[in-house]
Amino acid sequence: MERLDRKLGTASSLPLLAILLVAFIAPMLVVAVFSAMPRKVFSVFNSPDFSAYAALLEQGYYRSLLWSLGMALASTVILFVVCWPLAFGMAKVFKRFTIVLTIAVVVSLFVSENIRLFGWVLTLMKGGLIEGHVRAWTGEGFESPLYSVPIIVFSLVYVYFPFMLFPLAQGIAMVPDDARQAAADLGASRWRILFEIDLPLAAPGIVVGSLLSFVLAAGALAESKILGGQTVIVIADEIETAFTYGQDWPLGSALSMVLITIIAALAIYGIAKVDLDAIMGRKGR
Amino acid sequence: MQFAPAIPPGRYLYSGQTMSSEPILRLDNIVKRFGQFTAVDGVDLAIEEGEFLTIVGPSGSGKSTLIRMLVGMEEVSEGAIWLRGERIEDTPANERPTCMVFQSLALFPHMTVGQNIEFPLKIKGRSPAERKQRALELLALLRLPEHYYTRNVTQCSGGERQRIALARALAFDPEILFFDEPLSALDYRLRKTLEKELKDLHERTRKTFVYITHSLEEAMVMSDRIAIMNSGKFVQIAVADDIYAKPVSRFVAEFMGEVNLFDIEGTTSDDLHGTGIEIHVNGQAGEFGISLAPNEKGTLMVRPEFVRFLSSGETSDFLVRGILRAEYALGSRIQYKVETANGSKLTVENLREDRYQGAIGDAVILGWDIESTHIIRE
Repeated sequence: MERLDRKLGTASSLPLLAILLVAFIAPMLVVAVFSAMPRKVFSVFNSPDFSAYAALLEQGYYRSLLWSLGMALASTVILFVVCWPLAFGMAKVFKRFTIVLTIAVVVSLFVSENIRLFGWVLTLMKGGLIEGHVRAWTGEGFESPLYSVPIIVFSLVYVYFPFMLFPLAQGIAMVPDDARQAAADLGASRWRILFEIDLPLAAPGIVVGSLLSFVLAAGALAESKILGGQTVIVIADEIETAFTYGQDWPLGSALSMVLITIIAALAIYGIAKVDLDAIMGRKGR
Repeated sequence: MQFAPAIPPGRYLYSGQTMSSEPILRLDNIVKRFGQFTAVDGVDLAIEEGEFLTIVGPSGSGKSTLIRMLVGMEEVSEGAIWLRGERIEDTPANERPTCMVFQSLALFPHMTVGQNIEFPLKIKGRSPAERKQRALELLALLRLPEHYYTRNVTQCSGGERQRIALARALAFDPEILFFDEPLSALDYRLRKTLEKELKDLHERTRKTFVYITHSLEEAMVMSDRIAIMNSGKFVQIAVADDIYAKPVSRFVAEFMGEVNLFDIEGTTSDDLHGTGIEIHVNGQAGEFGISLAPNEKGTLMVRPEFVRFLSSGETSDFLVRGILRAEYALGSRIQYKVETANGSKLTVENLREDRYQGAIGDAVILGWDIESTHIIRE
């Protein structure tokens, strides 16, 4: 009986397995193979070389990679600091108001990211919503904050806000109230409780939220293009250019592979560190 | 034979033991309201240094709320808490020198046994070496093997976790150690073992223990004094024997286990009106201290284990005639239900070796002595 169940289970997972293979693994393999082709070829049947990877260092693509990773790191750290109090409130304090907040944040996702980013352009540009009003009232204008690195980080924080907030709230909800109370009872101050109890016990949520926002921010393109005005060229931009205008698929593939490897390594390291089962609601033991 | 005087409900009564000069903790008219609902309704209490006090009450009696106020996790609506003569009701929990063992134990799941026990010492800024030494001492005190120091708390059994929670609380070295029904989640046998261990621990540490539970048995085994709580008030505070033998109200009498209660009114004769009880001792009830003023109402109480089956010709201070209706085996004891002529039911409990030799439906005579009789005046 149990063996039959297992066979049926395996059989019913086959279609999904096939889709995963074709839609996920196969393209990755193609990209991996292409990354080891000589520059600017359009076929995988060439003798492999690693000139595309060499271009990463020789032609300065590593700078784009560092910008992407750096801004992703900055936005993740800012997101964590900004989201923690709110997530704490949602998990432990707000009660019914939590659902209002959740809906408010989720509704913002209903509008396309690009449109929301252009909304910020209209708000922040010289002669836009803010500067325009200030100039009309005071006669004095000021420089637009647009097209700079800080504004790119700001927009990354803005766009990936929900991806940090919700996992964090989920993680904090897993911190047992009585453990916090017991810590206070044993003499711990609020800060001690934060560092000794809240942060370690909410770690799964922190890891999931940080990974999501970091991974998405590292591969983000629209923020640097629309609000950043390509002040800095991010790695996703370079990849797109390589595949399109550049007509250099091996270069695009090599850059992709480097990004994928870094992100995968981070993800695997992070996930190995925490008990993901806990946050997914599956309780072992 | 003296009977306990009537005690006004909610008042502090101390019986049996000698009192030291200053109580370690004194509650002065503590009130806790949640909106319209009054959970704790004007409680006074003095806790002596080194005593084991248990607060017992049914669920919803306000005992959990009370203890949470005492440790500082719940704000006091009204009244004052004095710890060694210092007012502490507005002091936050982390600044009070008291500590609680939670019902859930509230161990820190991300820490090892050692880290859990050392937590309060770490907060106090003790050195790692000193912390470890103290943790090992406490493991030994609670009879946990030394290698548990590095074990994860989630890998420990219920009884072990219990001991770890205790060790952690003792590491804090509190002035008073509070317990919020920490044994309620354990199975019966383990609970019995830990009750005795807790009592033993109290004797070895001589710390002040304040324990709350809904289980009277637990309270009886461990405590120096028991405070019975109902509807946010203390009904009676006394040593276990007195609470059992001389309850101040029907509530306490019934809460303390099986009991036979008879409503009586002021009487001057040897006939307790309408109860079907005959008095046989020297004729007059008043002589044994159970007399009530004319028209005064009271309740006559006798515990089932003091009632016995009389053989014909045998006599005792009180007599009741009835029909044996049921018999239940309770392990070491046998319980009987006897219906009297006027329809009231009596419960009798005998040791197995004193088992009644007869059958259901027998006409029986029950008897008990004046020493086992208590009059409740409410």
